[in-house]
Amino acid sequence: MTDSLKDARPQGSIDYVAFENSERFRNLQHRRRRFVVPLVVFFLVWYFGFVVAAAYLPEVMARPVWGSVNLGLVLGLGQFVTTFAITIWYVGFSNRTLDPLGAELRAELEQKARA
Amino acid sequence: MSAVGLVAAFEAAVAEPAENNPVLNISIFLAFVAVTLVIVIRAGRNNRTAADYYTGGRSFTGPQNGFAIAGDYLSAASFLGIVGAIAVNGYDGFLYSIGFLVAWLVALLLVAELMRNTGKFTMADVLSFRLAQRPVRVAAAITTLAVCFFYLLAQMAGAGGLVSLLLGINDKLGQSIVVTVVGGLMILYVLIGGMKGTTWVQIVKAFLLIIGAGVMTVWVLVLNGFNLSTLLDAAVANSATSPADAILAPGLQYGGNPLDFISLAIALVLGTAGLPHVLMRFYTVPSAREARRSVVWAIFLIGAFYLFTLVLGFGAAALVGADTILASPGGVNSAAPLLSLALGGPLLLGLISAIAFATILAVVAGLTITAATSFAHDIYASVIKKGKGNPDGEVKIARRTVVVIGVLAIVGGIGVQGQNIAFLVALAFAVAASANLPTILYSLFWRGFTTRGALWSMYGGLGSAILLIVFSPVFSGTPTSMFGDGVDFALYPLNNPGIVSIPLGFLLGWIGSLTSTRTEDPKLAAEMAVRSLTGFGAEKATEH
Repeated sequence: MTDSLKDARPQGSIDYVAFENSERFRNLQHRRRRFVVPLVVFFLVWYFGFVVAAAYLPEVMARPVWGSVNLGLVLGLGQFVTTFAITIWYVGFSNRTLDPLGAELRAELEQKARA
Repeated sequence: MSAVGLVAAFEAAVAEPAENNPVLNISIFLAFVAVTLVIVIRAGRNNRTAADYYTGGRSFTGPQNGFAIAGDYLSAASFLGIVGAIAVNGYDGFLYSIGFLVAWLVALLLVAELMRNTGKFTMADVLSFRLAQRPVRVAAAITTLAVCFFYLLAQMAGAGGLVSLLLGINDKLGQSIVVTVVGGLMILYVLIGGMKGTTWVQIVKAFLLIIGAGVMTVWVLVLNGFNLSTLLDAAVANSATSPADAILAPGLQYGGNPLDFISLAIALVLGTAGLPHVLMRFYTVPSAREARRSVVWAIFLIGAFYLFTLVLGFGAAALVGADTILASPGGVNSAAPLLSLALGGPLLLGLISAIAFATILAVVAGLTITAATSFAHDIYASVIKKGKGNPDGEVKIARRTVVVIGVLAIVGGIGVQGQNIAFLVALAFAVAASANLPTILYSLFWRGFTTRGALWSMYGGLGSAILLIVFSPVFSGTPTSMFGDGVDFALYPLNNPGIVSIPLGFLLGWIGSLTSTRTEDPKLAAEMAVRSLTGFGAEKATEH
């Protein structure tokens, strides 16, 4: 078996700089960033906010919410919930929106490489 | 049987080794080793090319690879270390679970697919794509080896502690022999099976580990009427801390030093996306889409597992008790095995311990193949042979590297016996986040990043992280330090270097790039941007 990647490295017939500046590629780049950046900011702020609260406000985190389950535990489990939710959301977005755009551009590049 | 009765039964078992049944334990261990060896031998038969050996021929599906990622990631640190940390330190141990899981969002959103699209075998492929090949490759290979080595140490510590508990081996010599046997087995696995064999072992092991932990979790919940609050009350009732409910709130371990808590949290969340053996798993699938699918599978498997650890940790605190755990041969790392003994007697203890042992073997094998690939592909083939060597020679070098790394891990593993594994792994995470993550993110997202920036960031991040660890309380100044409290050169007050070394890694990458005189090739940068987003050149050509 040969490694498909080894031979697939394009041999320079493509003008990548022009391709990168093409509107369709910029569109893909832009849409990915517009989706990913706010999510990253959100989960980092939420995670570090939680950590700082746990480090400096332990008595607040110790407040009971339900039986012996306290606020710290609820917020900690909340981190699990948001992680799962962000994962599902991102995958849905990628499958629906990014993948078709990427596949289109890839087909175009393959055609250019063959020409 | 009441919790007190179970603890009494356990104490009797420790006092009377016959009840802990080392023969049963060893039989279950041997059965596990035999089964996994058969898997490895069968999977290893088709290892012909370098791509086969390093990436399993890119033949794994997303779900399979997701299980393998979970297998790589859910190391002894996650199972033995976190359960122990929660059982002893309560809420503060829970932070490990949260950090280790949330970290996957960095990998999923920022790194996984883009890395998959621009690289071939290793992290260095991506980092050196648009920069000066040789120096960047060497630097990336060195940081890869360093992270793998730290991670290996933690696994070795886990193996020694686990087996000493099971076989009642308490003396240094016996534990050293155990570590040597683990190291020897791992070398065998990786030599025979390559990436494909290692991946199958990971898949089987992840499956068993999650099932085993799941069964124990349900069992603990049944005993507590499926009520989390009741479980917490039971843990508090059996707690020796004052006040007793201190285990439910943050601060038990890090109360005196909240900055250390934050430093640990930074290392945990930023480390995953820089772990070379995790990054390597993005190359064992055929496309970026499968890489994404595998990360999603991994996130759900890992998340479910960490929810189990919360129950298991407090369950161990309730049913076994922190004092009993700390006094046992394996120390804090033995909470999970002791809980299984309290729940299901010697047979469950044997099974759970065998799973934990398989976990260690598999993770060690995964780390070793990553380190060996990096050395053979990045240093030997690209730098020493300047890309002119033949792939067969590269695989031969990789195999020899496996043996060298195995021996180093054995020697190092003997040195770190008795440390908490989750804590040791956190150090590996800190090194990964300081040395690798800045360069990965800059390469993928910042056009102005240069070779000098990459070198400063990788060497600076790696060096500062290691120096801070050496001058931290981990090495000296406290009774639990590696050198004890007789010597004190702990100039850095925190146990985890992350809060200093990670920002420093980013800062050095930025300054290095700004002061760089060399201009990088804009064509390569454009090519990298295009390929990372479209997957062109990295996927098998679409058929028309």
